[in-house]
Amino acid sequence: MSDLTALTLEAALAGLKARDFSSVEITKAHIEACMDGADLNAFITTDFENALDAAKASDAKLANGEGGALEGAPIGIKDLFCTENVKTTAGSKILGEFKPQYESTVTANMKQDGMVMLGKLNLDEFAMGSSNETSAFGSVVNPWKPEGKNDAELVPGGSSGGSATVVAANMCLAATATDTGGSIRQPASFTGTVGIKPTYGRCSRWGIVAFASSLDQAGPITRTVKDSAIMLQSMAGYDPKDSTSINKDLPDFSAACDRSIKGLRIGIPKEYTMDGMPGEIDDLWQQGIEWLKDAGVEIVPVSLPHTKYALPAYYIVAPAECSSNLARYDGMRYGVRVEGEDLNDTYEVTRAAGFGKEVRRRIMIGTYVLSAGYYDAYYLQAQKVRTRIAEDFTNAWEICDALLTPTCPSAAFPIGRKVNDPVTMYLNDIFTVTANLAGLPGISVPAALDKDGLPLGLQIIGRALDEETVFAAGAALEKAAAFTAKPKKWWV
Amino acid sequence: MSDKNSGVTAETVKKIARLSRLHVEDDRLAHLADEMNGILAWIEQLGEVDVEGVEPMTSAVEMPAPMRADVITDGGVRDKVLANAPKTEAGYFVVPRSVE
Repeated sequence: MSDLTALTLEAALAGLKARDFSSVEITKAHIEACMDGADLNAFITTDFENALDAAKASDAKLANGEGGALEGAPIGIKDLFCTENVKTTAGSKILGEFKPQYESTVTANMKQDGMVMLGKLNLDEFAMGSSNETSAFGSVVNPWKPEGKNDAELVPGGSSGGSATVVAANMCLAATATDTGGSIRQPASFTGTVGIKPTYGRCSRWGIVAFASSLDQAGPITRTVKDSAIMLQSMAGYDPKDSTSINKDLPDFSAACDRSIKGLRIGIPKEYTMDGMPGEIDDLWQQGIEWLKDAGVEIVPVSLPHTKYALPAYYIVAPAECSSNLARYDGMRYGVRVEGEDLNDTYEVTRAAGFGKEVRRRIMIGTYVLSAGYYDAYYLQAQKVRTRIAEDFTNAWEICDALLTPTCPSAAFPIGRKVNDPVTMYLNDIFTVTANLAGLPGISVPAALDKDGLPLGLQIIGRALDEETVFAAGAALEKAAAFTAKPKKWWV
Repeated sequence: MSDKNSGVTAETVKKIARLSRLHVEDDRLAHLADEMNGILAWIEQLGEVDVEGVEPMTSAVEMPAPMRADVITDGGVRDKVLANAPKTEAGYFVVPRSVE
């Protein structure tokens, strides 16, 4: 039998349905790949026994010609999604042995559709980071290495570093992820995988550990654009338990991938460049423009003049919401309690021991910008700038249907390089964060290798609720780029 | 941004840490102040943006706040609620004394 871990999700689902192989077979093949890949540190918790039980149940359904859209497919879940009776950590020590007594809506949808869950994937602590280095469970190692430098260890990006890694290294057919400032698209770019953040409100946030509620949105990381469409179709949908969930029917995302993009107008925002950005990224962007032109697209120059203010606005809004959301970790109702001298001291020592450095930094910044006397100057100003950024996009949609940009200003960088320089680390998200602030869908598609043999992605950003155009343009880029490179398997 | 402080001091960090319920050792305060000032200096550039007459953004995608009937939809799961607590007794959370 051919290698079942090398299949796309689409091909695996077709093979399962046709009974070419069983769910138990493909699940076992993936469990083996996960064990081989232990050094990548992509999992916080594995759940192989339950996965095999789920696979058997899927096989019974498939034998009867039944089963859902993900029936029998082994998939990884970012450890930010609450999963009933399976330890959920958010990459933090503060939750201890927390076992949710309920299932997040997104993972419940996927289980309803027959997913086989292999385990919970490593991430930056509370999804706060761009390199996976803030995880209390250690860094994830990018399966990619620079050519000729076998001892180099690169970050997989973050915060969904575990999700990107298991997909790039063929350890899971697909994975869930979340994106607050670029946490799906940047790791996808760093690992040669596809990642889409849908429109804010497409996926329910219920049961996803909250970081910055007005920005957080779930989406998939996969090996192909079509696979992302299949995953998102299952993950997304209206949920009354999330008051920001969008009550609109889902379009057929897979069908959108096959749509022609002839005549589409794609905008090229001139502000999406950065000092010190490698020339290769500009070249790739130009290449992307040529690919889309060849597919019959009309290229339109556009201006998004407030782009440079997006990251500073984000670093007010996100920490402000984080400081509020993370107030719940008080060591009283769940998680680890460290006893202090009195109640307040117990809170303070519990939180100081439980949260890592970056999380503490963001809580403090957030508390500061929300505190009396500074609220108007910082938080209100940032929310007004956010309106300006959203208006930039609204103006662009007058003359184009979607935008093409690089996903990131660099390829994956070595572990340890940026971890002590917060502002440099934050700049990773410069091209992705605008879509979060405006609530728009964005996809990263692997497009080329740089001179060191490391993957680089291109991003398509679309109108709110228009994932279909994003999928169509993403699929066209994928077809033109014909990116088939895989990391050399050094980790066994 | 005229009403903004020119810089965060160690004293401010101490106050912010207290409000955040984060224990910080005194010998860390100066370092944290430097770090916060670095980030805040970078954020300062937002002051350049003309926001005259601009409404602050309150939601990413415009939609009316959903309403539902004010009825009980969940409950009766005491043991589940308590399942992850660090300390419980007789069906209650046990917390440190807060009133002397």
